[in-house]
Amino acid sequence: MEQPDVARQTMEVDIACVGFGPAMGGFLTTLSRHLTDAEGRPLLESRAMPGMPPQVLCYERADDIGFGVSGVVTRARGIRRSFPELDPTAIPMACEVRQEKTVYLLDPIGASRRGAGLKLVDRLLRPFAGKRMALELPYTPPFLRKHGGLILSIGQFNQWVGNQLMASGTVQIWPGTPVQQALVEDHRVVGVRLADQGVEKDGSPTGAFLPGMDVRAALTVVGDGPVGPVGRQLDEVFGMPEGHQRRHWAVGMKMVVELPESCELAEGTVIHTFGFPEPEIFGFLYAMPGRLASLGIFVPSFLDSPVRTTYRYLQHWMRHPYLWRWLEGGTMRSWGAKTLAEYGKQGEPYLVGDGYARIGEGSGSTNVLTGSGVDEAWTTGAQLAEGVVELWRSGQPFTRENLAAAYERRRRESWVEAEGRVAEHARDGFTRGFLAGLVGMGLTALTGGRWHPKAKHRPLPSLEEFCRGRLTAGEISRLRRRAESEGLPLHDLVMDALGWPKVEHDGRLLVSHQDALLLGGKVQAPPGFADHVAFLYPNLCERCSPQLCVEVCSGQAISPNPSGGAPLFDREKCVHCGACLWNCPTETPEGGPNLAFRAGAGGLHSAEN
Amino acid sequence: MSNGYHIVVCGSLVPDPLQTLEPVMAPDGPGLKNEAMLPSVLDPWAAHALYEAAHLAKRVPDSKVWLASLGPKPKLQQLMMAVAQKAPFEFVAIDGSASGFADSFETAQALAKAIQSIPGLDRDRMLLFGGCSSASRDAGTTLSMVGALLGVEDQFLAVDEIEPDADGGFRVKERVEGAQYLVSRCAGAPAVLAWATGNLPEPPNNPQIGMANMRGILPALAKAPSVGALRGGLRFESVETPSQRRETRVVKDAGVEEIARELAEWIRG
Repeated sequence: MEQPDVARQTMEVDIACVGFGPAMGGFLTTLSRHLTDAEGRPLLESRAMPGMPPQVLCYERADDIGFGVSGVVTRARGIRRSFPELDPTAIPMACEVRQEKTVYLLDPIGASRRGAGLKLVDRLLRPFAGKRMALELPYTPPFLRKHGGLILSIGQFNQWVGNQLMASGTVQIWPGTPVQQALVEDHRVVGVRLADQGVEKDGSPTGAFLPGMDVRAALTVVGDGPVGPVGRQLDEVFGMPEGHQRRHWAVGMKMVVELPESCELAEGTVIHTFGFPEPEIFGFLYAMPGRLASLGIFVPSFLDSPVRTTYRYLQHWMRHPYLWRWLEGGTMRSWGAKTLAEYGKQGEPYLVGDGYARIGEGSGSTNVLTGSGVDEAWTTGAQLAEGVVELWRSGQPFTRENLAAAYERRRRESWVEAEGRVAEHARDGFTRGFLAGLVGMGLTALTGGRWHPKAKHRPLPSLEEFCRGRLTAGEISRLRRRAESEGLPLHDLVMDALGWPKVEHDGRLLVSHQDALLLGGKVQAPPGFADHVAFLYPNLCERCSPQLCVEVCSGQAISPNPSGGAPLFDREKCVHCGACLWNCPTETPEGGPNLAFRAGAGGLHSAEN
Repeated sequence: MSNGYHIVVCGSLVPDPLQTLEPVMAPDGPGLKNEAMLPSVLDPWAAHALYEAAHLAKRVPDSKVWLASLGPKPKLQQLMMAVAQKAPFEFVAIDGSASGFADSFETAQALAKAIQSIPGLDRDRMLLFGGCSSASRDAGTTLSMVGALLGVEDQFLAVDEIEPDADGGFRVKERVEGAQYLVSRCAGAPAVLAWATGNLPEPPNNPQIGMANMRGILPALAKAPSVGALRGGLRFESVETPSQRRETRVVKDAGVEEIARELAEWIRG
């Protein structure tokens, strides 16, 4: 609930930054090296506070700078350009990539949804798959290779970068401080408004109301990720470039696992999987130092299930015999989920405008062919910083034209752009099916993007259509009634009925979804902030079935409402993955999803991600 | 002469209690597994003390707050990003161990020495605040020893409330056995107040306070004296995690009696 008429404190700074992730790390690291000399004397002068170095403030929603979610394998070209002497042992959980495997997982259960063509392929491959029901490709395709690159925990990497930045004294990073919106005046971004505090869940003020401060800045740098409220606001206000759209998404769910002592997986091993638990679901396992592994799956938007879930699929994936031989006896150390901008360059927004620039994943930098986003994001941030320094030194204002010349030009001329163009449509084939998707990716890579598959976008099928040939309408109807009467999401019931076995919990690695939240995610929901998820038209939710926001919710934070209408939202379980936003199939009369995903504080509380 | 207080809050970081903490015995003594990787938070008891100090300083003119923290320097720096927006204070950093396995007396000595060297601190007007115990080590003795080392005789060790008088004195409400309170009147500073829970909620983040605090935080970190592991004569035979059973159900409307009954059954096994 916006409080339009309250008096707000105002603060003038030079650069206001939204979100602290790899892109902002790249931006601030590069910028900070140009702000003062070794003795701390200003090299550039603040325009907001003359006589001082530029005042650069970065606001981050999460409670700490290390609460990012991702295990990362990266070629680290941009990161190493920023840190030429980088020693991976200086970063906890980091190491060099030493070997890579790409593995096709057959379905050992017989429950995954495979078309006739894929069934035939499986039958042909089965004799070669052995008891592990998997085929290691003889080589990793060049576009996927990261040999000589780095395996990182994004949480630890962010902490490492953030600590160096803070120690430099040149920039300030403030976690626990969500940005509500960009301040837009006459088509120019003039800063940001921080989220109101001291409010009820619905946003109405309490006695401790503290209106969010307006932080006015000559330049606003937006790096709040694919579902960040400020980036989405700018998309609404300024629109998207012609032909650009955001159709491809994924939920990435991962764990950090302490491997059993008997595990022989060598540090630096990278394993990419595909084919199971559903053909469209890709998986990864990165062996880190200290007998830790970062592992997880991506459930993409082109898995056209109206009851798609991620947590249970993750468990079945871990239980695949190819992986379970290493994981059995392991212990979950952390768990989390996030949305991935699988649209890549297809969904690139306007990168610059008067008073603002966009960097990182939300700016379409993710490469969906190489499966790489962190290094690209970092590089876009570094490129912007170089451009900002150039403009500052020459005394030029942060207009759209100047930022285009100083930042966008650098990006267009870089490997991020060149490789992003190749990858732009690489995954479009998956909209036609799994095999078409694989072939499309391969041919796109082979032709350097000169040929790419054509997308065939279809509306999400009904549950009956999705289960056709496997469950009857009567069976589905019974499942719906049971879910309704017991207040349950449908996905577990449907998966049970489709033949997926119950997951036997071991209390360490295979645990209930709620225990994953408690053991691995440690979700925090600081009081005094409004709920960041809200359903706009409850009557429209009433007609939505299955409610995909409930099914897909990574933290079981959205649950069916026994009274009907809009589902219930429990902030204390929300990991801020944002999957509910892009999965909402219901459009409001104004256009857009029937679910608002606003600025919110808190989320995951583990830096081991 | 001013009646304002000089409030020194002793408070440091503890590993985020939401994390899975596993004690391990390393060659150089006990510690926590993956301690360097774990996020830290301001000790919840010390946090109460800081918020109460800020509130008191606001009410009593000419008062000032210092936050004296002993912990590993990089961790203190990271902690300040989360704390500095909460309340105005001047930061006093001491680079040392905050593992929870340090010797209380040596910790108290390090803190007392740092407090003695705070420029401009009037120890006749000093209120020494801190937690009545710590989330990382529940000895509950450190603050009292800091007070003793600084020659402060009036000590209140489980405080929930302070009410200042016009004449510089104050009334203190302390927890005692059997869910009762002891109310005392103190003629004035100096005094030690070790806080139990206090009454104040966590303040909202105020960016302007953060900006102002940060100007002093980085210089304080840069000149933080190093005091090492503070092991003293302590020797730990072994360290281990309490055995635990986890049976999670999230229920939000259970009655008190039902919760108590379930707990009793669970304890009985």
